[in-house]
Amino acid sequence: MATTLKKTNVVIIGLGAAGGVACLPLAQAGIDVIGIEAGSRLSTKDMAPDELKLNRGLWPPGAQKVRGEGPTSRPNASAQAVRVNHPMMNAVGGTSVHYMAQSWRLNPWDFKVRSETIRRYGASRIPKGSTIEDWPFGYEELEPYYDKVEYAIGVSGKAGNIGGKADERGNIFEGPRKREYPMPALRNSGYMDRMIAGAHSLGWHPFVAPAAITSKAYDGRPGCAYHGYCIGAGCHINAKSSTAVTTIPKAEKTGHFSIVSEARVTTIEVDNNDRVTGVNYLKSGQEYFQPADVVIVAGYIYENVRLLLLSKSKAYPNGLSNNHGQVGKHYFSHNQGAGVSALFPFSLNNWYGTPGQGIAVDNWADDNFDHAGLDFIGGGNLYVYTERRPMASVNGLGAWLGGKPAWGSSWKAFVKENADRTNGAYLQKTTLPYESNYLDLDPTEKDPLGVPVIRITAEFKDNEKKIAAFIQDKMEQWYKAAGAMAVQKAPMPGGMGASTHAYGGTRMGDNPETNVVNRWGFSHEAPNLGLLGGSVFGTSGSRNPTQTIQALAWRTAEYLAKNWKSIAT
Amino acid sequence: MDTGLTRRDLLKQLGTMIGAAVVLPAAVPFRAQAQTAAGEAFISLTAVESETLRAIVARLIPADENGPGALEARADRFIDRALAGALKAQRPTYAAGLAALNSYAQSSKGSAFSKLAAADQDAILTDVQQNRATGFTGGSGQFFNIVRTHTIQGTFSDPYYGGNANFIGWNLIGYPGARVVVTADLQRMDSKPAPSRKGAYDYGMFSKGEL
Repeated sequence: MATTLKKTNVVIIGLGAAGGVACLPLAQAGIDVIGIEAGSRLSTKDMAPDELKLNRGLWPPGAQKVRGEGPTSRPNASAQAVRVNHPMMNAVGGTSVHYMAQSWRLNPWDFKVRSETIRRYGASRIPKGSTIEDWPFGYEELEPYYDKVEYAIGVSGKAGNIGGKADERGNIFEGPRKREYPMPALRNSGYMDRMIAGAHSLGWHPFVAPAAITSKAYDGRPGCAYHGYCIGAGCHINAKSSTAVTTIPKAEKTGHFSIVSEARVTTIEVDNNDRVTGVNYLKSGQEYFQPADVVIVAGYIYENVRLLLLSKSKAYPNGLSNNHGQVGKHYFSHNQGAGVSALFPFSLNNWYGTPGQGIAVDNWADDNFDHAGLDFIGGGNLYVYTERRPMASVNGLGAWLGGKPAWGSSWKAFVKENADRTNGAYLQKTTLPYESNYLDLDPTEKDPLGVPVIRITAEFKDNEKKIAAFIQDKMEQWYKAAGAMAVQKAPMPGGMGASTHAYGGTRMGDNPETNVVNRWGFSHEAPNLGLLGGSVFGTSGSRNPTQTIQALAWRTAEYLAKNWKSIAT
Repeated sequence: MDTGLTRRDLLKQLGTMIGAAVVLPAAVPFRAQAQTAAGEAFISLTAVESETLRAIVARLIPADENGPGALEARADRFIDRALAGALKAQRPTYAAGLAALNSYAQSSKGSAFSKLAAADQDAILTDVQQNRATGFTGGSGQFFNIVRTHTIQGTFSDPYYGGNANFIGWNLIGYPGARVVVTADLQRMDSKPAPSRKGAYDYGMFSKGEL
């Protein structure tokens, strides 16, 4: 029998990149917020620079809800779905604790892909089967929230466009920003300087990419130590601007925010008037019901969609906020496959640093180049970065052996010479939603509690494949211009699979027939239910989503605080 | 993971596995001990198994003109120790795999694997890798990949785990060691950072991994 707890104003489900931001504007407005998080609190002691510990999946410690609920995946409805690993983790701060910390704003074009494509190239250029819509607002609407997030969590970078004035030291293709980043960009390594020179020789515009990592002391935290072991691991000195060390502790200090950790929400409750009334959760084997005026769902996309589909009621027989059948629709991951790697004839000294310390080129992203003579829309962000780990360097050479044995004396000589001579680019490319790509509950596979897991049905289509081939050529040019002696291109994956960059499923838009949440992030059907995260995105852009997730979270929270009475009662 | 606890577990296993006559491992870091000291007891593996495993790792990453290899890095000891800890679930796989490999050596080359000349050992390992060796459950290549993965771990992982002795693995590839602060100079292409000669836990800042 569930224990009913004392009612609160707002419950936030999940304290990661999104929920960990939303708690702050709410708590600062004096609204009482309880954050329910499946993971535990980590400390800098948990952040050992130990590759084996990280590889063994023994990190992070604490409850790992996601490990038991890996989705199933299939490329299309006629294929057999197979169980895959969940790409995220649970902790206070969520994946912002261990992410790469690239912290981008989307480009203005990303908000208007449909209308801008039609305007510039004609309606026939919208790929067949795509359900793409413009966002309900433009970049300008989100700019103030990007700015708030950059200063609240601490982002390092160099502006390329302040108030419409381009600055070649930053990204000249970015949308206009009100002011400079709160911290200068992370420093350049020798390898980064070499890649900058290579891009310049091609006439491109390289720049140091923005990162949610301190480049100097900021807000009581020290500057980055560049020691490696950054991605997939937390920071040992709290230089990574995760919500666990930025917005969450600030929210706690207001006295209006408390955390229930190592607790997993099982369902959201609904009354007879279509409104949500609170959440059921499990902690240490006990069931609790936490009543609330407003519920904000802020897990990862697979968790958000799953929780809605599992929360069935009289008012919502097909899952919460799903009376229009849109929950799980317009799903897409990020077209990051089809990688490019390079072998240089010299060592790069790339052992240290962090994946957030890197050089980007946006010349071939979004609609930054003319697509009139091309047969696709969108593009990709080219990115190279620092950090190399010993075992990864050895294993990563496998692709360069040309089928020769990966052991013995000649292999050892090869490894000795080349361990520090390779580099792999990170290529994020425009991905569109399609009618035939979606999420639903798997009919047979269950988590350890006996609850169905999410099933992913999604594959890359022609537009994504054409972008990938185009971007691979550009990356090859860049590597060669920087002195690489050989370049390899990985094949394009067919199925999208589970991704750390997944989008849609509770899409945001003005039309309730095709979208789950309105322009403020609240359900079209259950007025006191908010949704945060990549699940509300309608387009991917060609860069990491986290800062946009956070800007939207801030905006939704601020809207709730300003309109408290109308939403909460 | 609390080290005291881990050691207690280790000792308990020692007790059940090989009785009371065993010499307890010293509490000093493994890499500080003399390499492959004669008579140093294995924790998990039998005498025959350990001899076979040592011969395998010595061929996977051999000592040669490019420096010491996996055996000198104590990858065999890393595996032996992990089979009583983090890799405990794979202990039966090693028992079966090492026995199968030895039988295959016996039947095809007429001698135990560890007694064969290097060229014959390489021929056997090639068969095992390419799924041509008989007598293995689930294909010999599968066992080969497991041992190779663990040999790489035992050569290139943090010395805390008992391998990578004297930083043999890290020195081979030029990895300058774990650091908690890296200056700009250490990231220049024209500099070759001096080895820190430290693993993660030498800094005294972190909770340790499972051995």
